[in-house]
Amino acid sequence: MSYLLELKKITKRFGGLVAVNRVDFTLEPGRIVSIIGPNGAGKTTLFNLITGIYKPDEGEILFEGRSLVGLRPDQITARGISRTFQNIRLFGNMTVMENILVGMHTRFRANPVDILLQTSRFREEERELREEALRLIRFVGLRASPDELAKNLPYGEQRKVELARALAARPKLILLDEPTAGMNPQETAETTRLIRRLRDELGITVILIEHQMRVVMGISERVTVLDYGEKIAEGSPEEVRRNPRVIEAYLGRGVAIGAMA
Amino acid sequence: MLRAKTMEWITQIRNGRSIYLVGVLGYIVVALLLMNGLSQPGLRDAVWYPLVSALAFAAFLGSLLVIYYAPLAGVVKAILGLAILLVLLPLLGIRNTFLLEVATQVGIFAAMALGLNIVVGFAGLLDLGYVAFYAVGAYLWAIFGSPQANIAFGTNRFPLEPEWFFVFLFLAVGVAALTGILLGLPVLRLRGDYLAIVTLAFGEVIRVIVNNLDKPINLTNGPQGIRPVQRPPLFFKPWLHALGIRLDDPTLYALYFYFLVLLVIAFAIWLTRRLENSWVGRAWTAIREDELAAQAMGIPLVRMKLAAFATGASFAGAMGMIFAAKQYFINPESFTFMESIGVLVMVIVGGMGSIPGAIVGAAVVTILNLQILKGLSLMLNKLRQAGVVIPIINFPLSQWPTQLEPAKYERLVFGILLILKMILRPQGLIPERRHRMELAEALGREEPAELERLPAEEELPPVISAPEIKPTRD
Repeated sequence: MSYLLELKKITKRFGGLVAVNRVDFTLEPGRIVSIIGPNGAGKTTLFNLITGIYKPDEGEILFEGRSLVGLRPDQITARGISRTFQNIRLFGNMTVMENILVGMHTRFRANPVDILLQTSRFREEERELREEALRLIRFVGLRASPDELAKNLPYGEQRKVELARALAARPKLILLDEPTAGMNPQETAETTRLIRRLRDELGITVILIEHQMRVVMGISERVTVLDYGEKIAEGSPEEVRRNPRVIEAYLGRGVAIGAMA
Repeated sequence: MLRAKTMEWITQIRNGRSIYLVGVLGYIVVALLLMNGLSQPGLRDAVWYPLVSALAFAAFLGSLLVIYYAPLAGVVKAILGLAILLVLLPLLGIRNTFLLEVATQVGIFAAMALGLNIVVGFAGLLDLGYVAFYAVGAYLWAIFGSPQANIAFGTNRFPLEPEWFFVFLFLAVGVAALTGILLGLPVLRLRGDYLAIVTLAFGEVIRVIVNNLDKPINLTNGPQGIRPVQRPPLFFKPWLHALGIRLDDPTLYALYFYFLVLLVIAFAIWLTRRLENSWVGRAWTAIREDELAAQAMGIPLVRMKLAAFATGASFAGAMGMIFAAKQYFINPESFTFMESIGVLVMVIVGGMGSIPGAIVGAAVVTILNLQILKGLSLMLNKLRQAGVVIPIINFPLSQWPTQLEPAKYERLVFGILLILKMILRPQGLIPERRHRMELAEALGREEPAELERLPAEEELPPVISAPEIKPTRD
């Protein structure tokens, strides 16, 4: 009964469209799970519901036993949930370092008086968190300089900055929205290994939305399949792969069965 | 022998940087001589005098820019800059108080530009009604620092004594900040264009209220404005007398307001810089870059935007109050939409998000409007009186319509400045650090080495070397 995250019959409608329909979902701490499904299945909507960008029309979201419904996104982040975005949303005109420091926003304790008087509390904190940011840069394997503007980085590097920025808040749960989208096989393998290290070394629980089956099958302990906003299957990667409804959902949409096999 | 000497010279110039110091000092001396030469009594009647003296003053203030850009040690720069601001300019100003007047006005607008820069440049919230906060500060003191409050409240306690000025300075900061929050609360849910429209309307609403609040209670005296507004106390006059310095009151007040404005600007720069290099400034920039992502990073949008609004408004509040005391008289005319646009132009021309940019932008726009255009007008008048005829088209200047006086070209100046800026220097006169990097990148060259870095960055270990994850193939 000690779930980290628990969704109970979550529903979200946009006008007449039911984007997420009575989805139940539970997650124990320390797991890596995936959410898959064809385009428009409601995966990203589910992330937006968890992180407070959308409000669910019905249902309940519990994080560590406490409800998240009605909280603002920044409050939810402060509770310990971080995320990355499907189409990278870095602060382009800020440096890599600044991006990560913004990710640490909830952790700064210096108040405006500390800032104006540059008290030791302010300076110590700034120094410590900058050092931690450098460690994060190393952790995600970023090659770029911390002083580089985020928008000048190549795509793969930007993904890493976004991951480092999400980690900067020291989350308990991280939501990764297609972390390997647009990556070549080598970068994909690197990212997959990195995701596993998030859990193994930092103890962070991971939910990922993923399209590359190689990644999904490789690292997730459990896979949830959404189609038209409904959960159509859930289980180990093996079980899901053999599930006839899943195959149908993908085949019906013209996704090659080769991708599943 | 000769060769060794030359080499020695070259290294000295390279390392010592004394050549730059000589250059900067030379510039300052030339500017001073120019100003001095122009203050000879005989020249004042010359046709070209207003324009040339305006240009000379601009060149003199330009020495601050020269110092800013010169590759000198920080201490040397600070000493030179302070010498100009605290000694040379006041000395020139004693002989010609109009210079102090212009410098004070530049200062007032510079502080406003610094405040608006926080809202527009840092947080990316387009505020077109910024002058409202200026009006709030100005009227706060104008009402209580004049007999106006007697009419409104039916007492004869007012005007308050000059000593209250300083209490009210803090009060004006607080009230303006509060007004910023009150405006911000309902409108900050809006974005981009919508926010701009609502703030524009807010600026007009304040002006219209002030214009009409002469009934039922006569609080602002409507379009007639309030006069006389109490001035701050000349508490230092006995001290100056003790030192043997005797100046007449108008000169003293001109100097007083000049130093007061300088003090407030110093405070504003200090505050802005500290905030900029902290989580507050980064949160503001993050909001400007991507609101949704910023919120996902745990930044409370409404609270941080309100903080930006309140901080920016407080600068305007303080300056509004100083303006009211300096002018001795205020009416709603001083707080029109054009003033908001003027401050915005200063921020944009100077370079959005840049502290030195906002100040230089304020100086350029104010000097253009207050001195150069006025100078042109005066020149034109003199030519007109002299009965000069434009050759070729045979147009007598005496028929030049008064509507076309250069002093009325303020809007044209804003327009031309913005166009020139977009063509010649899209990043602004002194761009923000990150925009400079952007530009350097675009031009394919390194960022100039002498650019200042944040101190905190220097303390950090220099580079992250070899990545730990080795690229592997699969």
